[in-house]
Amino acid sequence: MNTLPTIALGAARVGFRGRIHAIDAARGGTGLPAEELERRLIELGFVEGANVELLHQGLFGGDPIAVRIAHTTIGLRRREAMAILVSAEI
Amino acid sequence: MSDVSPVLPSPVIALVGNPNCGKTALFNALTGSRQKVANYPGVTVEKKVGPLVTPAGRSVRIVDLPGTYSLRARSPDEEITRDVVLGRAQKDVTPDLIVCVGDASNLRLALRLALELKQVGRPVMLSLNMMDIARRRGIEIDADRLSREIGVPVVSSVAVRRGGTDALLAEIDRQIARQQAAGTSEWHAPDAGALRGAQREADRILAAVVRGPGNPDSFTSRVDKVLLHPVAGLVILLAILFVMFQAVFAWAEPGMDAIEAGFQWLGSLVEGLPLPELVRSFLKDGLIGGVGAVIVFLPQIVILFFFILVLEDLGYMARAAFLMDRIMGGAGLHGRAFIPLLSSFACAIPGVMSTRVIDDRRDRLTTILVAPLMTCSARIPVYTLIIGAFIPDREVWGFVGLQGLVMFGLYTVGIVGALTVSFVVKRLVWRGKSGEPFMLELPDYKIPQARSLAIGLWTRAMAFLKRAGTTILAMMILIWLLASFPQPPVGATDPAIDYSFAAMIGSAIQPLTAPLGFNWQINVALIPGMAAREVAVGSLGTIYAISGGEEAADQIGQALSAQWSLGTALAFLAWYVFAPQCASTLAVIRRETGGWTWMWVTFFYMLALAYVAALVTYQVSRALGAG
Repeated sequence: MNTLPTIALGAARVGFRGRIHAIDAARGGTGLPAEELERRLIELGFVEGANVELLHQGLFGGDPIAVRIAHTTIGLRRREAMAILVSAEI
Repeated sequence: MSDVSPVLPSPVIALVGNPNCGKTALFNALTGSRQKVANYPGVTVEKKVGPLVTPAGRSVRIVDLPGTYSLRARSPDEEITRDVVLGRAQKDVTPDLIVCVGDASNLRLALRLALELKQVGRPVMLSLNMMDIARRRGIEIDADRLSREIGVPVVSSVAVRRGGTDALLAEIDRQIARQQAAGTSEWHAPDAGALRGAQREADRILAAVVRGPGNPDSFTSRVDKVLLHPVAGLVILLAILFVMFQAVFAWAEPGMDAIEAGFQWLGSLVEGLPLPELVRSFLKDGLIGGVGAVIVFLPQIVILFFFILVLEDLGYMARAAFLMDRIMGGAGLHGRAFIPLLSSFACAIPGVMSTRVIDDRRDRLTTILVAPLMTCSARIPVYTLIIGAFIPDREVWGFVGLQGLVMFGLYTVGIVGALTVSFVVKRLVWRGKSGEPFMLELPDYKIPQARSLAIGLWTRAMAFLKRAGTTILAMMILIWLLASFPQPPVGATDPAIDYSFAAMIGSAIQPLTAPLGFNWQINVALIPGMAAREVAVGSLGTIYAISGGEEAADQIGQALSAQWSLGTALAFLAWYVFAPQCASTLAVIRRETGGWTWMWVTFFYMLALAYVAALVTYQVSRALGAG
């Protein structure tokens, strides 16, 4: 494992590739309780150790973003993606 | 010949899976067009039941359930899935066997769901669906090992190919024959830790049983580079919508001409029959004229649904929601509201029903509130008639038809109205409370299957014709009665209809609608139009046929352009953009929101908007000399 610093997926640029380091739902700036946000992220496959790639972003404010996780592509807002902490691939 | 129904109810098999796993295609392949409950296109938001006779000769019932990632049920459609799976729904759909359907090329989330389904205590099996696509992409799955690892039978299936469901059917037979009783459910809503553990377990199993390229579908990636491009993606989305609405008018014309000719021929047949004048008038003006005026729009409705079904089957709808999320967010709508609102262009009823995919109650209510403002296909007859009669058929800027432009304008007014209303609701009623997250899987692109499309179009066309044969027919008969009785006194000089109930009713509400430029004939047409919008066209046809004689009956449009001012026509159009003229939509809103409140809110706010819009339109037109 490399020891590159972790960043929030919600702050990453298009083309970012990395691995999920942790889910910290308290950092997702959303209307949902942290526990519920965490469960929803996991249900869509966002668990520690999974590889992610930021594929696309929307026109206004770069939001929402399309993220590839394993073979699935998920569209979500940057706000919620702030809860996904990732470390960049070397 | 009818079989004696068996003593034991036939076993129930529930199909459960993630959204976009091809579950509905599998359901169609298993049950064909014999399915009982017509579902609306877009998404499966309601359970569907269809009969099936297995190779061993057993008759079973297949239940197709809305797609979900977990039994936790965050939205109303997922609650249906949870309740059926747990046996909390009606007894006759309690499953004897749960078939977890997974997309073979994308099993990660399906496996986690399968692990969760195992806890329910009912027999479970896993069907690796769309196996053909997975094989083509070089993915190999060790089904035996997978079966041993998760502890349930595993088969593969290809819904779209003949014989593609043989293995699934054989396993269903084996499972039913074993007659396992349902055990006790150990399922309880998993917390984050349990979900995480299950996903890790699923990932471990996947790593052990799946061989193949680690890279995702390259076709989807390449197409998404264009279709999800921040600028090009939006431009293409708008272009698709534009083509869709153009096609609704251009492609439908031959079909509409043929239907029109058919009904005229029927009318002329009746004309030649030796019947009393009253009976002939009933058949020709009431029945054939009225129902024909509505059925003629079948081609347009089929074309509109064709586009919506194709876009959905392609996997484009989720992308459209993605592209529109931020824009719609500005108006206080959730990105997921895009699909219900687009469906509402066909009909607000499936639109309102498909809001079940929206988790948050506030977001969902806002969407339900504005869905009827989207120009549904029932408004098309009214718009087409008035535009054809009053807007000259010429080109502007050299290439755009003026009539088409006005039509586009009416659609735009509806959309702008909807966005404005949702903006106001979000600001004033919900006070901008930060809402639900937008999280949506963007499925790999798939080529739509002709068979699925055909079934979807067929059920829609039948639903429309059934409406024409029941609600609309009943309204047409009522209108004819009101317009024909009482009969004029002997020696009357005015047209017969002036002595009828219709004229009395129309004149009674005249003071209310006079500021809108409406005459009594319009008032009469508005009343049955409350049952179904398109009835207004048939009603006007009947009213003017009875009052105006032969020439008018042939051409409703000509009669209108001779008797209405331009201001009246425009006010009538403005009224139709907003008016809550559809009893079925109001009924479905009441059902979906679980009470009368939101139905009345919708009714009155739309009525108020319609009145104001028609008033302003008429008064402005009059001021400009078109009154």
